[in-house]
Amino acid sequence: MDGIHDLGGMDGMGPVEREEDEPIFHEVWEERVFAMQFADSEYNVDEFRHAIERMDPAYYLGSSYYEHWLVAMEKLFTEKGTIDADELRERIDALGTAREFDDDLPERFDSNVVEAMRASHENRSSRRDESVTPAFEAGDNVVVKNSHPGGHTRCPRYVRRAQGTVARVDGGFSLPNASPHGEGKIVEPVYHVRFDAAELWGADAEGNNAVYVDLWESYLVPP
Amino acid sequence: MSQDQTPDENGNEHPVPRDADPQARARALQSYLIEEELLTTDQIDEVMSLYEDEIGPQNGAEVVARAWVDAEYREWLLEDGSAAIAEAFGYTGPEGTDIVVVENTDDVHNVVVCTLCSCYPWPVLGLPPTWYKSPPYRSKIVKSPRQTLREAFGVDVDADVEIRVRDTSAEVRYMVLPRRPVGTDGMSESDLTALVTRDSMIGVERLGTKHVEEL
Repeated sequence: MDGIHDLGGMDGMGPVEREEDEPIFHEVWEERVFAMQFADSEYNVDEFRHAIERMDPAYYLGSSYYEHWLVAMEKLFTEKGTIDADELRERIDALGTAREFDDDLPERFDSNVVEAMRASHENRSSRRDESVTPAFEAGDNVVVKNSHPGGHTRCPRYVRRAQGTVARVDGGFSLPNASPHGEGKIVEPVYHVRFDAAELWGADAEGNNAVYVDLWESYLVPP
Repeated sequence: MSQDQTPDENGNEHPVPRDADPQARARALQSYLIEEELLTTDQIDEVMSLYEDEIGPQNGAEVVARAWVDAEYREWLLEDGSAAIAEAFGYTGPEGTDIVVVENTDDVHNVVVCTLCSCYPWPVLGLPPTWYKSPPYRSKIVKSPRQTLREAFGVDVDADVEIRVRDTSAEVRYMVLPRRPVGTDGMSESDLTALVTRDSMIGVERLGTKHVEEL
């Protein structure tokens, strides 16, 4: 979808603001939202990203990164039927804001869950599937399709219709456009494509720079 | 339908009022997931311990320093980043099983972004700073990297140095291998590790143009 999340090349977003000695989390609720991403869930990363992209644009721009995550979890856990929306709202009212995050919250311990999570952090398995046969090779010129799917895509708007050169072929990865829309898992080769600045931003582009974008094969056509 | 429950793209109302306090919402969700046995308290503690103590830019700094002192390792790192990082240091896992390391040289400067969300190589850099996740950085760095590096980060990249912006739009995660600072010949690997910054591995700081005395 051509959503607010697709920010590359937009103007008017203001200056980049950096915080000295920034903490990893600013609030306890942020760290808990991050931790809840490791809960047992029925959604995948593409559905998660798409849930954030479906946010109202004004809300997206006006809320923090971890609030985006919170929104996605609220949406996906209820949409999948894992939890009930009415009960979630009742819990918000009943528990409310507390001085300490954990006040009145239930606890549960299971060392097997902890061990499984630690193992997932030692897992080296690539998500790459080498069984695909790429249509393009390094050095090939490619053009990004002028396509505007209404659902999830990882093809940024600013490269559409632009011509680039394949800099690296990455093997197959699960196509993000498919799984959030019930199309199951489709594996396609991904390419690291180089675009010269002038091709993307016109004759007034800054000189001597290029943008490299990772694109699935079905986003591309020969020139 | 109230103003705070604008339907989303799929016509779905958001399940909770968006003006509710995020802390209360997170408390409600955590309590619900724990009672449904989808999450445990010790799992939360473990996540915090992993991401606040074990996983962070200190990991990437070790990788960079090794590449500075060991030419063979550097070659391996640039050829197969994930393997060189996991096999030599054990750093792998979520957002880091497919890492590509891009090398800064005298003629090329790399800088990493994720314009669509905030993808970042967690096992080597930890969790991203707020500016990396923010609309200003994500919108500007692809269109005017030279100006953004100068204005936001105080980094002047000479006109004859090509800037390569890497937009992390798929499943590969990028880490920049910065150049070694001037005046560091003969320094030990562990002393070099201390010179490597998070920002240099994102590409918004340049170490190769600095003398060790400036760091």
